[in-house]
Amino acid sequence: MSPHLQVWRWHVTMLTSILHRMTGVGLYVGALIGAGWALALASGPDAYHGYMSLLASPLGRLVLFGLTVALFYHLANGLRHLVWDSGKGLDIKTANFSSILIIAFALAASVAVWAIAFSIGAVK
Amino acid sequence: MVQLTLPKNSKVGKGRHWSAPAGAKKVKTFRIYRYDPEGTENPRWDSYDVDVDACGPMLLDVLIHIKNTMDPTLSFRRSCREGVCGSCAMNIGGRNTLACTHGWEEVPGGDIQISPLPSMPVVKDLIPDLTMFYAQYASIEPWLHTETPEPRTEWRQTIADREKLDGLYECILCACCTTSCPSYWWNGEKYLGPATLLHAYRWIIDSRDEATGERLDALEDPFKLYRCHTIMNCAQVCPKGLNPALAIAEIKKLMAERVL
Repeated sequence: MSPHLQVWRWHVTMLTSILHRMTGVGLYVGALIGAGWALALASGPDAYHGYMSLLASPLGRLVLFGLTVALFYHLANGLRHLVWDSGKGLDIKTANFSSILIIAFALAASVAVWAIAFSIGAVK
Repeated sequence: MVQLTLPKNSKVGKGRHWSAPAGAKKVKTFRIYRYDPEGTENPRWDSYDVDVDACGPMLLDVLIHIKNTMDPTLSFRRSCREGVCGSCAMNIGGRNTLACTHGWEEVPGGDIQISPLPSMPVVKDLIPDLTMFYAQYASIEPWLHTETPEPRTEWRQTIADREKLDGLYECILCACCTTSCPSYWWNGEKYLGPATLLHAYRWIIDSRDEATGERLDALEDPFKLYRCHTIMNCAQVCPKGLNPALAIAEIKKLMAERVL
């Protein structure tokens, strides 16, 4: 079999496609973390505080920030898929541009959400 | 199924190095995939230092130069040398293209790597086995299907209906798009791939064709059509500037519209 991924020089649309799959899987994990939070809440104050301190740890925050990016990315790219399904935005120039736009949006929106969370004291 | 790495017998090893002739002023190195079906060895990368002043500007010129002056054992397909036949489709510098219409100076980076169209069985060196690709093309019955008696002259079509075929009929079936598609890499036996689907659309929207419903029925399948995830590699690499991703989106739209 001839080489494929081993030789391929990626296009940005290829990157956004695999990122959509990866953030989708990531959001599954995020849903489990959310379910864990509900479980901890139902299991009493000790379990809840333990769970929250885990989420507040540097690693916990990194995961939560990652989930924020994944959520915004998946949302924006999902909307783009809707537009694509209507047959629009599929020319290469537009698709390349919207790819970069979506990545930038996901990062900017995540930073904004966390900045707001810090500024109103929701995260300390 | 997704298989990110190559099977053991397809891993590409290091190969021979061919030096440029003495006195060559402008030398460019080309790393070329070599595979000998009669031997027992794995494929290898041979590198050729080519005196590019001595050959033409296109990648096909380079390949012919190598075959004529350095290594006559190098095998590749070529015919028209003007982007009409699609024979010399291959992966150059990580992208599928036609060697005859792609200049080596257009390829970014240092050494230029050339391999056969990706994820295909290899007949020899740069020659992929396209049997399945052609069989898939044949499966969509790429000819006019009609019920009404044949007219005495040609089947008439309005100018507007004829224009719907623009951007579709130009396809030369070089397989650059189909073999660029990760969905096709992982599910090539079940997913028809961009080239075949572009042709399927070309017949679906042909105003003279009377089998539109049957054509859509034939694509109603979890794999044949719907493995397209709009990765867009097909449109990115098409050497004729066509957009199979758009054609596939249009088929999906027709599928949705007929059940609404």
